[in-house]
Amino acid sequence: MNTHALSLQQMRKSQAVWFAGLAAALALWFALYWQLLPSAQWLVAQTGIAPGSHLASSVEFFFYDTPKVLMLLTLVVFAMGVVRTFFSPEHTRALLAGKREGLGNIAAAHLGIVTPFCSCSAVPLFVGFVSAGVPLGVTFSFLIAAPMVNEIALGLLFALVGWKVALTYLAFGLTVAIVAGWVIGRLHLEHWLEPWVREVRAADTELEDIRMTWVDRFEAGWDAVKEIVGKVWYWIIAGIAAGAFIHGYVPAELLSHIMGADSWWSVPAAVLLGIPMYSNAAGIIPVIEALIGKGAALGTVLAFMMSVIALSFPEMIILRKVLSLKLIAVFIAVVGSGILAVGFLFNALFS
Amino acid sequence: MKDIKVLGPGCKRCQTTEDMVKTAASDLGLDVAVEKVTDYAEMAKYGIVSTPGIVIDGKVVHSGGLPKEEDLKRWLNA
Repeated sequence: MNTHALSLQQMRKSQAVWFAGLAAALALWFALYWQLLPSAQWLVAQTGIAPGSHLASSVEFFFYDTPKVLMLLTLVVFAMGVVRTFFSPEHTRALLAGKREGLGNIAAAHLGIVTPFCSCSAVPLFVGFVSAGVPLGVTFSFLIAAPMVNEIALGLLFALVGWKVALTYLAFGLTVAIVAGWVIGRLHLEHWLEPWVREVRAADTELEDIRMTWVDRFEAGWDAVKEIVGKVWYWIIAGIAAGAFIHGYVPAELLSHIMGADSWWSVPAAVLLGIPMYSNAAGIIPVIEALIGKGAALGTVLAFMMSVIALSFPEMIILRKVLSLKLIAVFIAVVGSGILAVGFLFNALFS
Repeated sequence: MKDIKVLGPGCKRCQTTEDMVKTAASDLGLDVAVEKVTDYAEMAKYGIVSTPGIVIDGKVVHSGGLPKEEDLKRWLNA
């Protein structure tokens, strides 16, 4: 009894410490954030590079964007890490099992954004869903939304490019996942699954319900920061370097000619270009920022980004274990057309 | 002797989980047999949706992400 009371007291104490620490960290974060642009300009001035030159504009973009993106990323990842403790793949499956198509697709696409799962879990997740009676099309809505509407990409778009673009990206990403999943469900392709997948009967698992405290959730958020930021920072630096080059050197006329809204073929070209490319969502955003700044059409740029993130060879290879080649081809075709549609629509809406 | 299975296709987290299980068992002085399950069909039979998963004596105790050390010891002692 005594030890129990003591540990409870310790827990409250560390919870108070967490809240106080978070508040202080947030205040510091904002204070630093507002100093980034002047500091970058000051740094460039110290290097003696002629002001107004291509090089100065590239270097300033790099010095300004690197800390900015990393700081934003840390904030977004922490917040999402905390949000994700409220969801688990098991709960999501229970929510979706036996759901009808249509409503099920909508729910699955939304849950795909917030449910935590790593790409090496894609196969067990797929099999676990299908064998528990989640319809194939609904499972696909989940699997498409999970990488396509990347919460980190969403947060960075929001901060770097603006809320309009971020919200449209969210809406269109969800639409593609819902419609593509629904179409795949309509096609009744269950017989194109690998045979063993259809035969598996999953046992019911009853995991003990772990009561999470706020301290647990904050710790999960911090773990996510350590893991994700630790893993993607070099992608981001590479992305910012590419973005800095575009920002400083690529002439706006050239880009708006190639990637502008007037050339209809730019959207399909962007999607095709994106398939073999595989980058982390976080790394691609600085490139997007620079491209849009140079007058590239929004639809083309977003189509490129979605293609890079959602259609990737490594993921196809993993999914090959459960899907026949025909089903993978259908998957690529349906998602690809969805992205194309988004690209064209965006260009039409925003030009 | 406890029969422990670590379910996972061989990603880094699954390897870490296996190491954690072995370390926790030897810390507790328990005699355990740890087996790594990498076959997807085998994994699916346990009904887990995310890896790594831990099965002790046929019962799924954990799924998704790295386990916490104190939880691990609690499951091993149960």
